[in-house]
Amino acid sequence: MSKSYTPGLKVLEKTTIQKERLLPLKGKVHVVKEQSVDANHIVASTKIPGNIQMINIANELNIDADQIKGCMLCNIDEPVAKGQVIARSKGLFGFFKSEVKSPLDGIIGNISDVTGQIIISEAPIPIEIDAYVPGKINSIIDKEGVSINSNGMLIQGIIGIGGEKKGKIKIFDENNTDFSGIEHHDILILKSTLTYDLYRKINNLNIQGIVCGGIDYQTLTKILKKPLGVAITGMEETTTIIITEGFGEISMADRTYQLFKNNISKTASINGATQIRAGVMRPEIFVGSEDDSIINDSFDQDKLAISIGSKVRIIREPFFGCIGEVIELPKELVTIDTETTSRVAKIKLNDNSCEIIPRANLEVILLD
Amino acid sequence: MKNQENISVILATDCGSTTTKSILIEKIDGEYRLSHRGEAPTTVEAPFEDVTRGVINAITELEELSERKILDGEKFISTSPDNNDGIDLYISTSSAGGGLQMMVAGVVKNMTGESAQRAALGAGSIVMDIIASNDGRKYHEKVKRIRELRPDMVLLSGGVDGGTKSHVVELSEILAAANPRPRLGNNYKLPIIYAGNKEARKEVNKTLVDKTDLKMVDNIRPTLEVENLQPSRDKIHDLFMDHVMAQAPGYDKLKKWTHCPIMPTPGAVGEIIKRIAEKEQISVVGVDIGGATTDVFSVFDEKFNRTVSANYGMSYSICNVLADAGVENVSRWLNHDLDESDLTNRIANKMIRPTTIPQTLDELIVEQAIAREALRLSFDQHKKFAVSLKGVQQERTISDTFDQTMSGETLVDMQQLDMIVGSGGVLSHAPRREQACKILIDSFLPEGITELSVDSIFMMPQLGVLASVNEKAAIEVFNKDCLVRLGTCIAPLGEGEIGQEMLDYTIFVEGEKHIGSLKYGEMKVIKAKYVECKANFNLKGNFSIQNKGVYEGSIYGGEVGIVLDGRGRPFDFNVNTENRKSLIENWRNSINEYPNLEI
Repeated sequence: MSKSYTPGLKVLEKTTIQKERLLPLKGKVHVVKEQSVDANHIVASTKIPGNIQMINIANELNIDADQIKGCMLCNIDEPVAKGQVIARSKGLFGFFKSEVKSPLDGIIGNISDVTGQIIISEAPIPIEIDAYVPGKINSIIDKEGVSINSNGMLIQGIIGIGGEKKGKIKIFDENNTDFSGIEHHDILILKSTLTYDLYRKINNLNIQGIVCGGIDYQTLTKILKKPLGVAITGMEETTTIIITEGFGEISMADRTYQLFKNNISKTASINGATQIRAGVMRPEIFVGSEDDSIINDSFDQDKLAISIGSKVRIIREPFFGCIGEVIELPKELVTIDTETTSRVAKIKLNDNSCEIIPRANLEVILLD
Repeated sequence: MKNQENISVILATDCGSTTTKSILIEKIDGEYRLSHRGEAPTTVEAPFEDVTRGVINAITELEELSERKILDGEKFISTSPDNNDGIDLYISTSSAGGGLQMMVAGVVKNMTGESAQRAALGAGSIVMDIIASNDGRKYHEKVKRIRELRPDMVLLSGGVDGGTKSHVVELSEILAAANPRPRLGNNYKLPIIYAGNKEARKEVNKTLVDKTDLKMVDNIRPTLEVENLQPSRDKIHDLFMDHVMAQAPGYDKLKKWTHCPIMPTPGAVGEIIKRIAEKEQISVVGVDIGGATTDVFSVFDEKFNRTVSANYGMSYSICNVLADAGVENVSRWLNHDLDESDLTNRIANKMIRPTTIPQTLDELIVEQAIAREALRLSFDQHKKFAVSLKGVQQERTISDTFDQTMSGETLVDMQQLDMIVGSGGVLSHAPRREQACKILIDSFLPEGITELSVDSIFMMPQLGVLASVNEKAAIEVFNKDCLVRLGTCIAPLGEGEIGQEMLDYTIFVEGEKHIGSLKYGEMKVIKAKYVECKANFNLKGNFSIQNKGVYEGSIYGGEVGIVLDGRGRPFDFNVNTENRKSLIENWRNSINEYPNLEI
């Protein structure tokens, strides 16, 4: 029988993850294989090209483009300083010379005798990549970065905003009106929905992140100050927010919440970056562990296949958010309420009732 | 691969951004027919990161349904006279991984820039941006934009042959300064196709050859009067296979499996739309609405145009449809109360869990409401782009060329339009054909007399690529199994008051005479199969069809029938329209859209 794979979010108490930390351009790797690193350790660095300016020297000096090389006072790859004279016309009998001064500090990138333009590049911008998670260097990717193995707890959210942050896990009761115990380094865990009012109050405390069960789409729109059109996130300059279940008033799954509770005050690495198209990337919360006894639990795709006994979450109305167990997988297509025919599964819900659900609307809950 | 005449079993897949579709075509009694269809989630993304896994799953479903063994592990079984197993030909299309994403550059945005855009779109790509000498951006802004975009490839054009070189060389200098990185993989150079002034090749080569994988093709605009898109399109296809496909996870394996090059899905659908227009000598609008993008194709006066609305789709991009259309425009199609928060949350949940399907009628109605808006917005974009230029090669006068640089008249003439063809999950898989028919009418608002059809099970992409290797099979399956004729929409032009007499009709359906009148604001359906029906329409007042007060001619029915749309054109309908809910209910009932809906 064909396997029916479903989108599955990992909620793993003990696992080994492998993180690739790659530079945007080739550069230098600062660690060696087998080296232990903490989350803040700089593992690689590079310099990305600085901003550029193009100056039409031919126009400035009122000469033809093919005369530009004879007027340039500096060459390609030569550094220039702001205000430095970089080109001078020959003038008339040595008089009436025109000059062009560099508008910035930089390096001459190109001199074109076709367009009469030169390019000045500003100084390269240094970029550093840290380890993001504590662990051991598993492999070096020459001049590009490293792969790090790390043991610990991994929880994937369904969508997030904001980039990588590190902080300490703190459980926060959304009915609590006392914010005095919240500190700058905290990552707050909310069991239910993040409202805009609560976000505003928490955000003023400049914390590292918020993890919650659900969020209203319109709340997210207010936070981002624009509607989220396509689920490609991670570059937002906001507090990192990770939603574990979805949009609407939904509580975090009990097991997920319990795992957070088990890790109160521990340091977590979080990333809200989400990309649901062209290379699914889900937001994540990782808490490193020094427990070496964890068996390398590399991802097994068969765990995402629905089979009898699979623990599943229903991810579409009318049973959105309900959790149950697969008790039957009929081979035949079944006509559902919309009159469409679909492959379905019979699910025994937690209240012991049974429902027929299209398999496409099920998500396997990955357990340790 | 066997000789064409010996091919009797064909397997075709389409790796979409959401699901991978497989079809099995078999030669039955000397004729190619679709026999089975399978589908599985696409697995180009983590954690699988191997497109072939989804392909195997979709094929496994076919095996189960057809009881034909196709795969032995990961090897295809060839047909044998001894048993019913195996296949003779395997082909595939793909838009997974975001499809082919390009940036184009031209000297004048509305001339070479537009030609380059047309070449890229016609080859099946998404155009992320057009960089032009006159686009109003400063140099550093262009460089920043190019660095941010990370396209799969760049098409650089500009200048007529023998004309001024400096502008196109300047564009190449901007590209060199940006030194863009390819989207997929850091370890290869970005492919750049140069299709500009041939006199500038030396300078462009000097500027770009060290930093990029530069390819030269014939000028896209050798003279002001000639547009020559094919060499650029062919090169885009080659590079798509050699670079983009090679970098996408699992495609190196898939490339070895297929018997002919993998084609970008939109390119394949475009091929089929062109063939319909050519074969039937008609003007056609085709649409393929996917999870991430919506492609619109049109052929008017033999001029082919394709646009891609990169961020209008039914799953990954569904919230963008909501954002651009607005909640009010989506809500106007609903007659059940749903507060704004509930509606937006449902739509957003579809975005983050794109493979889910509606389980209840309410959910289906919301999804079909947003499909109407996605199609409407995409068609609006198409009408603005499809302006007085054709896609392959065009001779034009100098004065025409100057016209083109202005905004340009749209080629899309709704009164001249003969047929609308819909494809994509939300149309092909609508539980009732009546729903697909109504979605097409509501979003495209055909005027006059227009035939409507849908791709039966969303197989036009596979047939498009099949046409390139076995045209006979593609056309036979297309006619017998793919194109579902829904019927004809009769939509008079003009505005009036609800209840005002609009037209009297007489329609003969297989010998039976249907006489009646249509009032403004109502819709009627005359049941008729896809057979020629003699029709006579007498328009009242200021209403007209094809600019006339009387129409006499032949029209065709289909699975839905002949739809008389008395809602007037232009169609003014919004969330505040008086009696909106009862109007919606009447329209639904007239076409039998949701007969099981309990209000």
